[in-house]
Amino acid sequence: MSRVIVVGNGMVGYKFCDKLRSRSKEHEIIVYGEEPRPAYDRVHLSSYFSGSTADDLLMAPASWYVDNNVELFTGELVTELNRENKTIKTHTGKVDHYDYLVLATGSSAFVPTVEGVERHGVFVYRTIEDLNQIIDYGKKVKKAGVLGGGLLGLEAAKALLDLGLETHVVEFAARLMPRQIDDAASSVLTHKLNQLGITIHTNKNTKKIAGNGKLEGLEFTDGSSLSLEMLVISAGIRPRDELAKVNGIKIHARGGVLVDNQLRTNDESIFAIGEVAVHNNMIYGLVAPGYEMADIVAKQIAGDASRQFTGFDMSTKLKLIGVDVASFGDPFGEAAGCVPIAFQDKRNGVYKRINISEDGKYLLGGILIGDASQYNIFHQMVVNKILLPAQPESLIIGTPGKAEAEGAGVKSLPDTAQICSCENISKGDLVCQVTEHGATTVDDLKKKTKACTGCGGCTPMVNDILKITLESLGHKVKKTLCEHFDYSRQELYDIIKVKGIRTYDILLSTIGKGDGCEICKPAVASLLASIWNELIAEQDTIQDTNDRYLANIQRGGTYSVVPRIAGGEITPSKLMAIGRIAQKYGLYTKITGGQRIDMFGARVDQLPEIWEELINEGFESGHAYGKALRTIKSCVGSTWCRYGVQDSVSFAIFVEERYKGLRAPHKLKGAVSGCIRECAEAQSKDFGIIATEKGWNLYVCGNGGARPQHAKLLVNDVDTETCVKLIDRFLMFYIKTADPLTRTATWLNKMEGGLDYLRDVIVNDSLGIGEELEMEMKELIANYHCEWKKVVENPALRERYRHFINDDDQDSTLSFVELRDQKIPVDWNKKTK
Amino acid sequence: MMDGIINSNLAKHLPTMDLVNNRSTQHNIKVWFKAARVQDFPENGGACVKYKDLQIAVFNFSRRNEWYACQNLCPHKMQMVLSRGMIGSVQGEPKIACPFHKRTFSLKTGECLNAEECNITVYPVRIENGYVHIGFTA
Repeated sequence: MSRVIVVGNGMVGYKFCDKLRSRSKEHEIIVYGEEPRPAYDRVHLSSYFSGSTADDLLMAPASWYVDNNVELFTGELVTELNRENKTIKTHTGKVDHYDYLVLATGSSAFVPTVEGVERHGVFVYRTIEDLNQIIDYGKKVKKAGVLGGGLLGLEAAKALLDLGLETHVVEFAARLMPRQIDDAASSVLTHKLNQLGITIHTNKNTKKIAGNGKLEGLEFTDGSSLSLEMLVISAGIRPRDELAKVNGIKIHARGGVLVDNQLRTNDESIFAIGEVAVHNNMIYGLVAPGYEMADIVAKQIAGDASRQFTGFDMSTKLKLIGVDVASFGDPFGEAAGCVPIAFQDKRNGVYKRINISEDGKYLLGGILIGDASQYNIFHQMVVNKILLPAQPESLIIGTPGKAEAEGAGVKSLPDTAQICSCENISKGDLVCQVTEHGATTVDDLKKKTKACTGCGGCTPMVNDILKITLESLGHKVKKTLCEHFDYSRQELYDIIKVKGIRTYDILLSTIGKGDGCEICKPAVASLLASIWNELIAEQDTIQDTNDRYLANIQRGGTYSVVPRIAGGEITPSKLMAIGRIAQKYGLYTKITGGQRIDMFGARVDQLPEIWEELINEGFESGHAYGKALRTIKSCVGSTWCRYGVQDSVSFAIFVEERYKGLRAPHKLKGAVSGCIRECAEAQSKDFGIIATEKGWNLYVCGNGGARPQHAKLLVNDVDTETCVKLIDRFLMFYIKTADPLTRTATWLNKMEGGLDYLRDVIVNDSLGIGEELEMEMKELIANYHCEWKKVVENPALRERYRHFINDDDQDSTLSFVELRDQKIPVDWNKKTK
Repeated sequence: MMDGIINSNLAKHLPTMDLVNNRSTQHNIKVWFKAARVQDFPENGGACVKYKDLQIAVFNFSRRNEWYACQNLCPHKMQMVLSRGMIGSVQGEPKIACPFHKRTFSLKTGECLNAEECNITVYPVRIENGYVHIGFTA
């Protein structure tokens, strides 16, 4: 079979190997990569600065190449090409023969010829080696700049920001990302980036990189200057066409290997793909067209020449420094007669522009900044020429209820609409999997088509397509827990309660099937705890590991221990007790966000002893391990604070003592602030109480986390008794009706009727269940017990806390290093791959 | 970094590749290690057994009266924790979910069921005179 040599092991080179191997087992595939490591994800390079390791970024581990019979030589640069003999030679002198040669050498950073580019402190942003140098140098400086305000330049700026540097971006053009967005969009983006701490300088033509050996700043042609200690150049890319150029392969005047629609060069055994290839005067600097090229060449080499590369839509959506930026179709409205409609909201950093055809029938392209949630559907409307509604402006200044509109949008797409651009999967492919091959879940679709497995951007659309297709087949789309239970959480709550079921095993035997799994077991465990509040340790193997061992598992496999410190109030002697115990067991200690103390690094066999000592000192479990009430945070309130109008600490302690140990669909957090200044941040909690002159304001359904949401005012100026009664009802209603692992904020967002409905049920008792909810809460509170006290006092339960069942040895693989005079586990990324 | 270096401290606890990789090769078993009494294991759950330098996760599927064993190490983040995971099944296939990030592995084949992690090694288990025995080829 023929021998295929791939020069370059970047994202596109890797993709080519993957695609060819999946089509043909016979072809020999040999890859030469110049960099010291296998192909990694350059698109997400900036995450390297915020904690990802080089290994996290790998497209596939070294073992993938072995498993797939792809011979990979890293750190080996191909320097010579002999087209007549069909051989290449590497810098080590190795000669290798090919039948097909695929150039996937990519590009290097383009460095403009400005005086002073050779100075110390000037870098490019391209490879992991570049990043390592930037990180090293970044430690020594405070102020850094990026030359180039394009896509990659802004990525680089994010990286500098993550290094904690004062960050500047210098752009030659009048706006940021001049190839993707317009002036207004740039202005909104600039405003947003300024807020994040990045200073933008546009219209700056750099004359000189000033300094003396070391860089000291930039001088511009307009006479101004900017002092800098470090500079990252990101002024564009230059195709790596050296190998082709000296061997008579045709090159574009501005660089890059010329290819035809087959991605073939003028030598028919040699192909070029990715950023080194110039097709129809275009270099495609995005990964999706590169993958498309890889696929087409892989197909051809495997014997199927039916597909051609005919250009690629450069629509793109990305998150730049946390800000959505998208541009699709014809973003600048360059077509004749095209009319733009734009919406700009600088305060919220949102800009939306759509370009409408002259006859008002079609969407031609547009730009989205700050909120790109409509990107997928807009992009599809362009590609598939979907007729616009009569008032196209409603698309961008539309009403909420967006989800519904988007679902309907998917319905109107033709079967040819491309949904997943990474894997080139159409709506028809997905629909067919559902109608013909019985796919019923997104996981099925992922497995069968590979949709959603690349960038993941298409997941919401795949979800919508699945849902509407299933519905069109007459399937009732039901929220069942998993394959073992055909019921939703709310249904299971009622079944457990009505039938009086007390164990998972009985529930599974009664109404379930199979052996259960890691989804239904903890969900049912939580339900049983919420309904009966019995000792969860009795059914330890259906609990998630944290609930099984009543502690939080941490990196390395040790656990952390959090005793309850209600309201954050603690006596000096209890503080000393924690200090003494932590010291005795060599634990790392840290103050938590919920005003208590976390002790890390306890081995599983140490947990009962540690808790025995804590309990002797008067502590109780803090339930930090459970989907349960965590803490009620408080400010010091009227006892000490000159502004406080109520005793927030006493109320917080009362509330925490009342609901401690309460298990819920997800963790629960509360807070009490003593006055309007809100020092306890009650509005970021599942329930928050703020003191007023007349009583308390009660806020509900807020959370921090990945998608922060402010709590909403449920009632104002209520007395203490009413406030507690309403919280009883609210929490019980949440526990009974929310889906598993749904925080109160999401629960409310999905609730039909929203806050008004919730207020009707809780405050006005519109369903007449208020008293019932209060009674149920009362029972739960009466059943409270400290789980750890029960375990410590029960030798059989204590016996479960050991690493080996047949040996008293400890786990010898635990290893720690020291950091700021405390221990931490060895970084697990250094253990993997 | 890229060529598969495993923390040397962990390496000695990793099964070598010529160990039993599926249950059908029981005839190669040289040692049946008597690990512990049946009642020492939790019902419908797992525990960790020490055999020489190896850590083996043993699972008692009491609902179906079956036993399975595999390496205790989750290959995802190289953590010795699989024995503390939740057992279950997918379409009847017995599986274990790692407590860290819920990677799941078939206990019949060792194959990772929900991600592209490498397989784990599984071992045959037999019960004799009330004791759990794990089979090793060496």
